[in-house]
Amino acid sequence: MTPAPFAPPALEPAAHRGPRLGRGLVGLVAVVGLAFVLDVALGPVRIPLPTVARLLLGHGAAADAATDFIVHQIRLPKALTALVAGSGLAVSGLQMQTLFRNPLAGPSALGLTAGAGLGVALVMLAGGNVASALAVRQLGLAGSWTLVLAATAGAALVMALVLALAARVRDNVVLLIVGLMVASVTGAIVSLWQYFSAPEQIQEYLLWTFGALGGVTGPHLAVLATVVGAGIGLALASAKPLNALLLGENYARSLGLPVRRSRTLIILSTSLLAGSVTAFCGPIGFVGLAVPHLTRALLGTADHRILLPGACLLGAALVLGCDCLAQLPGSQLTLPINVVTSLLGAPVVLWVVLRRPRRSAA
Amino acid sequence: MNFPSPHSTPALTAEALTVGYPSRKGPPRPVAGPWQLALWPGELVCLLGPNGAGKSTLLRTLAGVQPPLSGHLTVGGKPLASLSPAARARQLSIVLTERVEAGHLTVLELVRLGRHPHTDWLGSFSAHDHAQVQAALVATGTAPFAHRPVGELSDGERQKVMLARALAQDTPLLLLDEPTAHLDLPNRVALLRLLHQLARTLGKAILLATHELDLALQAADRVWLLAATGELLAGPPEDLVLSGAFAAAFQREGLAFDAATGTFELHAPTGPLVQLLGDGAAAFWTRRALLRAGLVPTTGPAAWRVIVPTAAEAGLGFWLSEGPGQPPQRHSSIAALLQAIGAALTQPAF
Repeated sequence: MTPAPFAPPALEPAAHRGPRLGRGLVGLVAVVGLAFVLDVALGPVRIPLPTVARLLLGHGAAADAATDFIVHQIRLPKALTALVAGSGLAVSGLQMQTLFRNPLAGPSALGLTAGAGLGVALVMLAGGNVASALAVRQLGLAGSWTLVLAATAGAALVMALVLALAARVRDNVVLLIVGLMVASVTGAIVSLWQYFSAPEQIQEYLLWTFGALGGVTGPHLAVLATVVGAGIGLALASAKPLNALLLGENYARSLGLPVRRSRTLIILSTSLLAGSVTAFCGPIGFVGLAVPHLTRALLGTADHRILLPGACLLGAALVLGCDCLAQLPGSQLTLPINVVTSLLGAPVVLWVVLRRPRRSAA
Repeated sequence: MNFPSPHSTPALTAEALTVGYPSRKGPPRPVAGPWQLALWPGELVCLLGPNGAGKSTLLRTLAGVQPPLSGHLTVGGKPLASLSPAARARQLSIVLTERVEAGHLTVLELVRLGRHPHTDWLGSFSAHDHAQVQAALVATGTAPFAHRPVGELSDGERQKVMLARALAQDTPLLLLDEPTAHLDLPNRVALLRLLHQLARTLGKAILLATHELDLALQAADRVWLLAATGELLAGPPEDLVLSGAFAAAFQREGLAFDAATGTFELHAPTGPLVQLLGDGAAAFWTRRALLRAGLVPTTGPAAWRVIVPTAAEAGLGFWLSEGPGQPPQRHSSIAALLQAIGAALTQPAF
């Protein structure tokens, strides 16, 4: 320790890592673009890449009406949904990991996914008993406003509960336990419902838990994109508080952070993101947990002003990529998205964590 | 020279302050108090006291990490409770004992967080912000590893980084809780010297809770001495030593504070008296060696006598010893001296 005079010495520009981070983000944008085009091109009906590019850029109609319909009415909304869902889940996961200073936290840590599931389960229960299942049965599972509203209500209920408890709890670790317990209780209620239900009802619920990107079109997509956009906007506004929270609550408070207000904003943002995505697409596992780790490893920074856009892009790329794989190129089969993200996500996280034995995971 | 001016505003005051923990049931559990405290710009104050006296609780209360049970706190002349979080963060910075788990954060990124209360909502840096961060890195000697992740640092390096972060915050008031716990001795001395210098040159008010009694006694302008009874005495360290307050605060069975050396006596010798003749470093270290061997050094006449080499012949000189029934002997080192005395004492008496 040199007791040097405390006068400002010659400046070293501290933003020396700027170019690298900039290149990283630009690279990610390119990857997202590529994955997007691929996702539109791949499927049971193969569409040549040049045609896809032309259609996406809006240059003239396709050779035949069928291709035009497939791209604009099916593939494009699905790819956009993948983009929005991936960004939203990744950003919500990053916020949870920082807020709780826990590398294992994710969007499900607050019980939002379980809440949405409870909402869906309640609708199906009502459907079975009151024979008003018409809305669900006729419109199909994912395309039903009833389901979306039920899932949103369930997630919102859990969010309100967690926010109310958060106002009483000073310690973030206690809050994390509260979230996990709320998730546990909600999950138990759903299990209870399953236990007393007819097999066909359970089957429908199980279908919902597989997740689906395909059912979100038109007004659904507009609503989802708006809510996720708002959530990401809130998250970006919380970048500076999130950075301060890296040091823990006491230091964050000593740095002038209104800890409770920031925490409320972060929980609100996460709830909007995870709640809306789960409501529209069903649960999509692992993206919220894995992408923050991947982003940190890829960009080599802990600064949320870089990490948040990075996680946004990487989350979108990951879900788009998983959706490409879910098409099982060369086959007519389509796998459920929730299965693919988990199958792919867990090994990737393992690889990232084990590759750097000296560093802690968060 | 440093004398608090009666005209300047205290950096921090506390009136009738009681610290402790609120209890959910029944009355709150006070740890200690009530106290009357003032911290002036330009002074380094060490908060000393035995374990469990409430040092950390007092420091955390002054820092606003936990609310006081009762009493009134002001920072920079304004009531602490009336300050917005950001305004408070521009007045006081803290270094806590808790470990920061931020593995991916580099040292530079962590120190830059210290500028948090001075930047806009995006955290954009001005030239002044960069300069403050750089100065903090240089002053604490953390600049050489500024680009390493915090997760790879040793405990001592981390402590310096957390101090750098507090310095980058550039506040008139600095509160530190045992910032030297993981540092080696040269680094402890350097840190206290740095803090002392910061107080002198920049007029910062620095409060430091520490267990480094000897260093604190040397470096502190004033000591806040917190006894296990909850009583708090403030004053220059020398006054507290001479008045016996220091010895009383750390009173423990079989442990004596030696006001002559400012240290705790590690040994309670019961052996024969030894007259020690000589002065300077050789006398000091010979005295220590004799004490450790169980002998009682004295300046008066005794059965045993040891003459230490004078300063002029240090390194070349000889220790002379004589004792009852022992002829005068020359020894080239303290090891030889101790061996000879030890051999003579364990000899069976004829």
